[in-house]
Formats: sequence, C-alpha cells, structure tokens
Amino acid sequence: MTELTSLGVKDIRDGVAKGDFTAREVAEAFNAAVAEAASLNAFIVTTPDHALAAADKVDAARAAGSELGRMAGVPIGMKDLFATHGVQTTAASHILEGFTPRYESTVSQKLWDAGAGMLGKLNLDQFAMGSSNETSYFGNVTSPWKKAGSNAAMSPGGSSGGSSAAVAARIAPAATGTDTGGSIRQPAAFTGICGIKPTYGRCSRWGIVAFASSLDQAGPMARSVEDCAIMLGAMAGFDPKDATSLQMEVPDWEAALNADLRGKKVGIPREYRMEGTDQAILDSWEQGKAWLKDAGAEIVDVSLPHTKYALPAYYIVAPAEASSNLARYDGVRYGLRDLPDGVGLQDMYAATRAAGFGDEVKRRILIGTYVLSAGFYDAYYTQAQKGRALVARDFALAFEQCDVILAPTTPTASFPLGSMNEDPLTMYLNDVFAVPASLAGLPAMSVPATINADGLPLGLQIVGRPFDEQGVLNAGLAIQQRAGFTAKPEKWW
Amino acid sequence: MSVDKATVAKIASLARIRMDDAALERMVPELNGILQWVEQLGEVDVTGIEPMAAVIPNTLRLRDDVVDADPLTGGGKRDDVLANAPAAEHGFFGVPKVIE
Repeated sequence: MTELTSLGVKDIRDGVAKGDFTAREVAEAFNAAVAEAASLNAFIVTTPDHALAAADKVDAARAAGSELGRMAGVPIGMKDLFATHGVQTTAASHILEGFTPRYESTVSQKLWDAGAGMLGKLNLDQFAMGSSNETSYFGNVTSPWKKAGSNAAMSPGGSSGGSSAAVAARIAPAATGTDTGGSIRQPAAFTGICGIKPTYGRCSRWGIVAFASSLDQAGPMARSVEDCAIMLGAMAGFDPKDATSLQMEVPDWEAALNADLRGKKVGIPREYRMEGTDQAILDSWEQGKAWLKDAGAEIVDVSLPHTKYALPAYYIVAPAEASSNLARYDGVRYGLRDLPDGVGLQDMYAATRAAGFGDEVKRRILIGTYVLSAGFYDAYYTQAQKGRALVARDFALAFEQCDVILAPTTPTASFPLGSMNEDPLTMYLNDVFAVPASLAGLPAMSVPATINADGLPLGLQIVGRPFDEQGVLNAGLAIQQRAGFTAKPEKWW
Repeated sequence: MSVDKATVAKIASLARIRMDDAALERMVPELNGILQWVEQLGEVDVTGIEPMAAVIPNTLRLRDDVVDADPLTGGGKRDDVLANAPAAEHGFFGVPKVIE
C-alpha cells in the first residue's frame, strides 16, 4: 500500500470516501510522522487527539452513509495565528504564551466543518513578522531541504515557515497560511510546495491574530494546485463577523480547474527584472513563459512602473497598522503580565510589552508609531498610502492587456538560517516580488518550478485580477503539469 | 529625516515599550536604516492620487438590530472574556492601582 503520508488532500479525501483506507489510519500515520519530526520545530503544540477525533467523526459519517465534506478525513496543520478553541494560540510570541481561546476562528471552523482535523499549531515568525521563521519565540523552524553538499540548517521561509516545512516534509498533507506581504508565497517557493493568497476579503479574518488588517489574508499551502483549490474552497466565504469580508459567492474552484490557456494572455512585468535576482530564478521565469505558451497562452509584455516603491510603501503601511493592532497587548485582558514591584498601570504596560515582544516586533511597532506620529503622518503614512494606490493602479492598467501576470516568487532560493540577520533591510528585500500583489489585494500563487544548482526549489508566481482565483489556479495547473516537479527533501529528521 | 536616541526613547514611550539605554542605542541605527530606505517614496509624483486605505471596493454593512444576533460575538460572555486574564478578580479585570 502507498505510504499514507505521501498523499495529498485530494488523494486522502477520495481514498477515504472510496474506503481504500480509513480517516483514522490517515490521522494515525500523520500523527506518527509529526512526532518523529520534532527536530524541524515546525509545530509549537501538537494535537493528535484533535486529528483522531475528527477522523473518527468522518469514518462514522461514512459508515452511516452521510455526505462527506470537501476535506473529509484530511488532517492538516494550523498556523498558530488562528484562534483555536481550547488549544493554545500564541502567534509565536511570548506575550500570548498560554493564551487559550474560548472561540474558534472562522477559517479553522470552516475547515473542521468540512471534515478536516488538526495535527497541531504550526510555528511562524512572531506575529507573522519575518521572512525566514527566525523571529519565533519558540525557536527557528528548520527547512527539511538541505543545500547539496552542506549540512547547514536552511530557512523554510516566513512567516508561514512551520506550514511550509511541515507540508514539504510530508508530515502534513496541507496547512493553513496567512499572507500579509508574501508570507504564504515566499515560504511555499522556498520549500517546493504550492500556496495561494486569495483576493483580500475572500477568507474571513475573524479569529486570526491581526498584524496589518488591510493586508492580512489567509490561504492554503499544499503540494499541488488541485489540493490548494480544494482547501481554499473550504476556507473561503462571507463572514458577517469580518467587516472586510467579501459578500460574494465562492466558486467551485476545484471543479472548474482547467489548464488549457488558449485565448488567455500572460503578462510579463518588465520592472521585475531586478538587479540582485539569481540567474537561476531568471532562467526559471523564462521556462515558465515557455510552459504557459505551450498551454496555449499568449505572452505579452506589461509594465508595473511603481514596483520599486511597493516595498517601501509596505514597510510604512504594515508597521503602522501593526503598531495600532498590537496596542491591545497590555497585560490586562489576556497573555503575559509583567508587574514589577510598586509600579503603576503605565509602567506595567511598558514592562509587559518589553518582556513579551521580540526584537523584530518591537522594531515594527516603533516604526509604525513614528510614521503615525504628529508631524510625520503626512510625510510617511499618507505618502505610502498614495504609493499603494499607484501600485494598485499599475496592476489595474496591466490587466487591461493580460489575464494573469507571471513573475518569480522570490529573488533567491532559501538561505541558511542565521545568514541574513545583520541588517533587517536585507531580509525585507526578499519579499520584493511578493509585496506588490499584497498591496493591491490581488490573488497570487506560488507554484514550484524547478531545482537550482544547489538542489533547492524555486517557485514561480502567478498574480490575477481581483476575484479571479480561478485564472490564477488554472495558470498554476498549467505550470505544474509541465514542470513535473517531483523533487522532495531527503529525510534526515 | 533621521532619529536620535531621544526621539527613539520618545517613540518607545508612546508605544509603551520599556527600553533601556543599550536597547535604545541598538535601535537608533536600525530605525534610521529603515527610515532612510522608505524615504525613496518621496520621489514619487502623487499629484491627484487619493491615499488608499481599502484595496477591494467594499461597502460597510449593517447587521440586524437584534440582541446577540451572533451568539459568538454577543453578550453574556463574562467568564469566557475573563478566562485568559492574568489577574481576574470578582468578575473584573484586575489592574494595579491607578490613582495615587
């Protein structure tokens, strides 16, 4: 029999439905794989009982002849940014250590309602701030991938680094991620898996620990485009509890998958040919064009002239929103309290936040506080919001000439943990290709393309029009079928 | 524009994050590096451009005017609300004395 942990979402769901194996067998296999992989540090807590209970429910429903959900029998990893009832939810921070929600996030509830179970809460960059999974209070996540000829621990990307590592290591068939400025796509590219950030508003933000509310968006990470389509279908949908939730029908993305791109135009943004991009990345981009052409699409040049300003605009807007969102951590209502002897309320706030936030989080709160402060608001924040409007307008104009945009996901492959810590800016630049679509709220996906000379995966990114997740998934499928990406990390953990 | 140690201390105090001298010294060049880099935005011509706050056009909805329309976000949840408080007492959040 095929090893159950090698299966993805679709194969597990269909195999359970057909009776090839039980949901319990699947959950047990993944629980064991998770337990064996502690050295990856992908999980902050594991929840084997949750996975088993969900599996038993699915097996009982099948035995009773009831209709099964679209994720029935699939145990998944849950990024520890989603509030889960009765299970510690930390955002990988000390300030939320021990926080045990009395409610369930909308997205996780929808996944459980669809028949999925939870293997555990996945590690991430603290409050989703980081691109290498090195800012977690609970330690770095190590990528299952190694550079050829080296034993150095590699970065799984971030912020959804526990998610990417777990899915690439086959200790979870799929995982949730969240993307504020590339946090689904960049880790997916680093680990040779797929990940899609849908249009802003598709997935409810209710119960997701907030970082930058105008940018945060949840999405699935899995090893195939089909699996992403299935899981996104289970996660998306209108939620009155989120004021920015899209009140729109959720299409059946899985059923409408179609890799025939005849009649479609694929835009190649000339400004994405940037200095500092690896030659292997540029080569994979060329290869991606050839694949999409082969699928019937016409390749057209497009221009996104304000691309250069997307990252600086992001690093004003996101910290500004973060400084406001994270003001809630006060040592009063939940989480850590640091109350030195004899001090008053204000000093308690300051001591609690000093002890509870990591350096990167503090840095961003300070930047955000500064750009929103009197005298600097217009020069920084308003200017950044206008820059953001221009980035979004660039995309709107480009989409008059094409249906989707093809670009690299990242300027480099994964790098060794600890190699980029000198200057926070060098880390920020790794999201240069991912951030523009976030600022514009557009659906965007990373699909594995190839392996570089070091044996590390490279991803290609597809960006679509608002609400056109289908177009993005279809182009992703066309790439997947032609890339034939079957490489996987050799097991060392 | 660049920030000095006194400015960072002021920001840290506004953000309610206690920072000692060493932490402030460390933060000054890091913040200046980031601020100098984001200042390239100043060269963008934004004449006539409206600042963008929401990316996807959406309208605010009114919920039904019903008490506890959604039981998850309605009232009557005192114990749940207090469950994670570091110092809940007598059905309230406990805080250090505010009035001297």
